[in-house]
Amino acid sequence: MTEFLSENALWALTLTVAAYQLGAWVQKKTRIAALSPILTGAALVIVLLIVLKVPNAQYQAGMTHLSFLLTPCTVCFGIPLYKQLDRLKGNLTAIFAGVFAGAAASIFLIAGMCFFLRTENAVSIALLPKSITTAMALPLSEKAGGLVPLTAAAVILSGILGNVAGEGIAKASKICHPIAKGVAFGTASHVAGTAKAAELDELTGAVSSLSLVVAGILTAVLMPFLLPLFA
Amino acid sequence: MKYLTQLLIIFAFTFLGEALSALLPLPIPASIYGLVLLFLALKLKLVRTQQVEDVGSFFISLLPILFVAPMVDLMDCWETLRSALLPSLAVIVVSTVFVFYISGRVTELVLRKQEEKHHD
Repeated sequence: MTEFLSENALWALTLTVAAYQLGAWVQKKTRIAALSPILTGAALVIVLLIVLKVPNAQYQAGMTHLSFLLTPCTVCFGIPLYKQLDRLKGNLTAIFAGVFAGAAASIFLIAGMCFFLRTENAVSIALLPKSITTAMALPLSEKAGGLVPLTAAAVILSGILGNVAGEGIAKASKICHPIAKGVAFGTASHVAGTAKAAELDELTGAVSSLSLVVAGILTAVLMPFLLPLFA
Repeated sequence: MKYLTQLLIIFAFTFLGEALSALLPLPIPASIYGLVLLFLALKLKLVRTQQVEDVGSFFISLLPILFVAPMVDLMDCWETLRSALLPSLAVIVVSTVFVFYISGRVTELVLRKQEEKHHD
């Protein structure tokens, strides 16, 4: 069984898509927004892997055939960004102000919390870039001496948290404008948040993709200033 | 054929992004180079929207499912992260919610200020 599974990648793809679809069906039926198919799908896969005694590494190896699409899928946000350009142009000041506030708040709040929680330096450094996309966060963490697996986990959790809870937070804090929502999703939760933003509205998705790019660059610029705290 | 051409264009821009990211010494990933290049090509009319739109929307709608495997992968990292688990989770949850709130609110406020100015 294990031998067949390790030579054949399709079971992992089929399982993932089926688990996700089932999760989407549950979310629709229960009307509970927090039951994101990403969460229920992943939970289902984990349970099945444990019950069938299939190592996670084998599942991950199968999933690389799908995961490589993350880069072209992100590239595709160039399209809504272009289509929504006219609606973005007059609002660039607001967008940049929001992203700057968010990216700065992120890095200072994380540094402050780590300082008071007395986490180890490698842990604090690993958490600093956690709101930006994996491909930018991991090298930043590694270069500064952070615990890289923690950065990877923190980036994913921040992304999924924004994806799942974003709509609720926006409603509770009266973030109503599609552009403001886009800035919030992209700045707090990178590509995973942008995936949700794109489901809500094309303009929101476009703004979110722009915000994740700007937030990533700002974080790379700001992070070195806080590193002396954790040396 | 239509979809194949669209796929070709998107993959070509992704590849260009990968190449730039490998060649240039900046800490910018391939996906962001590719996104900016595709945007510029559309803006300069080198590529028309209809030449990438269908496959582009399909790819964007695929995105959420790509996060299932990284979530599942977290099951293996508990051991390494156990010592820092609670403080890390606290930092992740508090900062993500706060950043979402502050970036959204600041944008909303600036947008409103600008709208008021227009009305004056």
